[in-house]
Amino acid sequence: MAPRVPARVLASFRRTGRSQAAYALAAPAFVLMLLMLIGPLAGVIALSFTDYQLGAPAFSWIGLSNYREMFADRVFWISLKNTLTYVAIVVPGAVALGLGVALLIQSGAGLKSWYRTVYFLPVMATLIAMAIVWEFMLHPQFGLVNGLLRAAGLQGHSWLQDRGTALYSLCVIGIWQATGFNMVLFLAGLVSIPKHLYDAAEIDGAEGAWSRFRLVTWPMLGPVTLFVVAISAIRSFQVFDTVQVLTKGGPSKSSEVLIYTMYTEGFEFFRSGYGAAVTVVFLAFVLLLTLLKSALGNREVHYA
Amino acid sequence: MAEIEIRALRKAFDGAEVLKGVDLTIHDGEFISLVGPSGCGKSTLLRIIAGLEPQSSGEVRIDGVNADGVRPSARNLAMVFQSYALYPHLSVFDNIAVPLRMKRLSALERAPFLGRLMPGRRRAERVIRDDVERVAEQLEISPLLKRKPGQLSGGQRQRVAVGRAIVRQPRAFLFDEPLSNLDAKLRVHMRAEIAQLHRQLKTTFIYVTHDQAEAMTMSGRIAVMIGGELIQVGTPAAVYDDPHDIRVAEFVGTPKINVFPGRIRSDGRLEMLGHVLHVATPAPEGECRICVRPERIELALHGLLYGTVVHLENLGSEAFVHIGSAGTDAPVVARVNDPSQLPAIGATVGYGFAPEAVRAFDVDGKRIVTSVPSRVERPREKAVV
Repeated sequence: MAPRVPARVLASFRRTGRSQAAYALAAPAFVLMLLMLIGPLAGVIALSFTDYQLGAPAFSWIGLSNYREMFADRVFWISLKNTLTYVAIVVPGAVALGLGVALLIQSGAGLKSWYRTVYFLPVMATLIAMAIVWEFMLHPQFGLVNGLLRAAGLQGHSWLQDRGTALYSLCVIGIWQATGFNMVLFLAGLVSIPKHLYDAAEIDGAEGAWSRFRLVTWPMLGPVTLFVVAISAIRSFQVFDTVQVLTKGGPSKSSEVLIYTMYTEGFEFFRSGYGAAVTVVFLAFVLLLTLLKSALGNREVHYA
Repeated sequence: MAEIEIRALRKAFDGAEVLKGVDLTIHDGEFISLVGPSGCGKSTLLRIIAGLEPQSSGEVRIDGVNADGVRPSARNLAMVFQSYALYPHLSVFDNIAVPLRMKRLSALERAPFLGRLMPGRRRAERVIRDDVERVAEQLEISPLLKRKPGQLSGGQRQRVAVGRAIVRQPRAFLFDEPLSNLDAKLRVHMRAEIAQLHRQLKTTFIYVTHDQAEAMTMSGRIAVMIGGELIQVGTPAAVYDDPHDIRVAEFVGTPKINVFPGRIRSDGRLEMLGHVLHVATPAPEGECRICVRPERIELALHGLLYGTVVHLENLGSEAFVHIGSAGTDAPVVARVNDPSQLPAIGATVGYGFAPEAVRAFDVDGKRIVTSVPSRVERPREKAVV
């Protein structure tokens, strides 16, 4: 039993007490977010309006000069175009392959966990180390890929050294790396589809695998697919490791991507202000994707 | 319209036998309920009839044709699922239209964009719309056609599921516990509606339920399944009044039938708790169980047996008195038709029953034939049978 306190006092105490407690409980998360996310973000945006150079003792505000310079720079546009091309190839590729592999594993009888592990391995492996392995596989003289092509009587290729194929080779590695992750998400989605919907589809006459997929699997996977597409897109925008290890943006900028431009400007030429401006463009794209996902998500999700 | 024959049907999952040789003939146009406790194999039997599950051995014949290898939709049976199994992304209209579109449109005509260009599709869609609207009207769900299943109540979803089943005019309907997700009041209402639907359509209905009250109130015949075997098939009245097995007697009827330990004497009379009953049997001497339905137990000042009232259930129109007495494990339940005449809890009451009310079973649970010898000296003495 609570002690006898007049109701009015108790109510007002509760009101102020509750809001204070609420602030106190939210404070740690808020402070951390301020320190780790919002603060640095504001810092980057502020930096993009300066001529700060890494290690310089002073800087001055130069307004939109960095942006003006960036939008006039041919390399920036090449970098943006390459990044968008990369996203446009890797996202559909990795999503379709991830879904396909998940469907195959789900419908198969045996060795399910073996296949799951095999396809998930690229996700767990260090990408830098794997990139080095890919470098040897794609080597023009003694690489495995050209070796196989030659064995089949086909012409080999300098995959990473050719302006026409460097970016697409990176796309293949990107798809290889992302498929496993998408597969796991799709598998989780497939498991959560109620079994009785397939029974109903069977009774209703959806007999082929394709009509069952169209009637049940694909619509029921809608929310998962949306999530997978958004995550894949954001991760593809961030492509850097493979570029840094394999091509360094070359040959002649043919595989230059946004984060790589940011890295070279900021940490090789020490132009932090300009690098920050590139980062802001990158963040704008990520923000756009996130907004798109939540806007679509509210419409597309349906639960029984 | 279909006659469905089930012959020596067996089904095993990973070595565990779920159906142990089921034989059943379901007549054209009848309403039969498969009833039994959960895990008795009734849903598996229904799924095998539907073609969703292959049997281990035995056969299912629909209108005299062996259904082995015939795809579920080709069997032309409709099924209503316990969870309704509506497609959550489709509107009510589209849900009901699915079986028609699958049947009447080619794969090309169903294709997302290309389908609209196909010449026959327009006309087919118009006919489908008429059919769906007719069914919706029949089930009084016309105002809901544009909604998604997520926006419907349980009862409305149930109707949509029924609509999806009847729209294709199947040869038989299979119901898999369709009412168990509804609240008690709606369940009673839907019972009447489904029975009415059967009278209207005059098609074969196979109805699976664990609720014996549902089976009793709706169907023409009941098939009681226990432990993978069909124990008894008959009209509700016959199954209730003339159970062939003690498991049937105990499963059918609420409250449960009263079971007393008994004995068959060497002179062929039944003996119970030290009293010789006015019931004779040709069965050999030995242990037996004597069962009496609660409505056949009568309270009396001077009864055959005495006990203490341990619990009262007053339902308003009737009441049940639970009597704890020596010699029986569970309290004996007696129905009192006039709840204003209830004894108090803790009071000692006497009770008895007419010899005609006795259903006796041997130690294996099989029914023992009993008869009431004609009485010369003691014509009306039910309290001391």
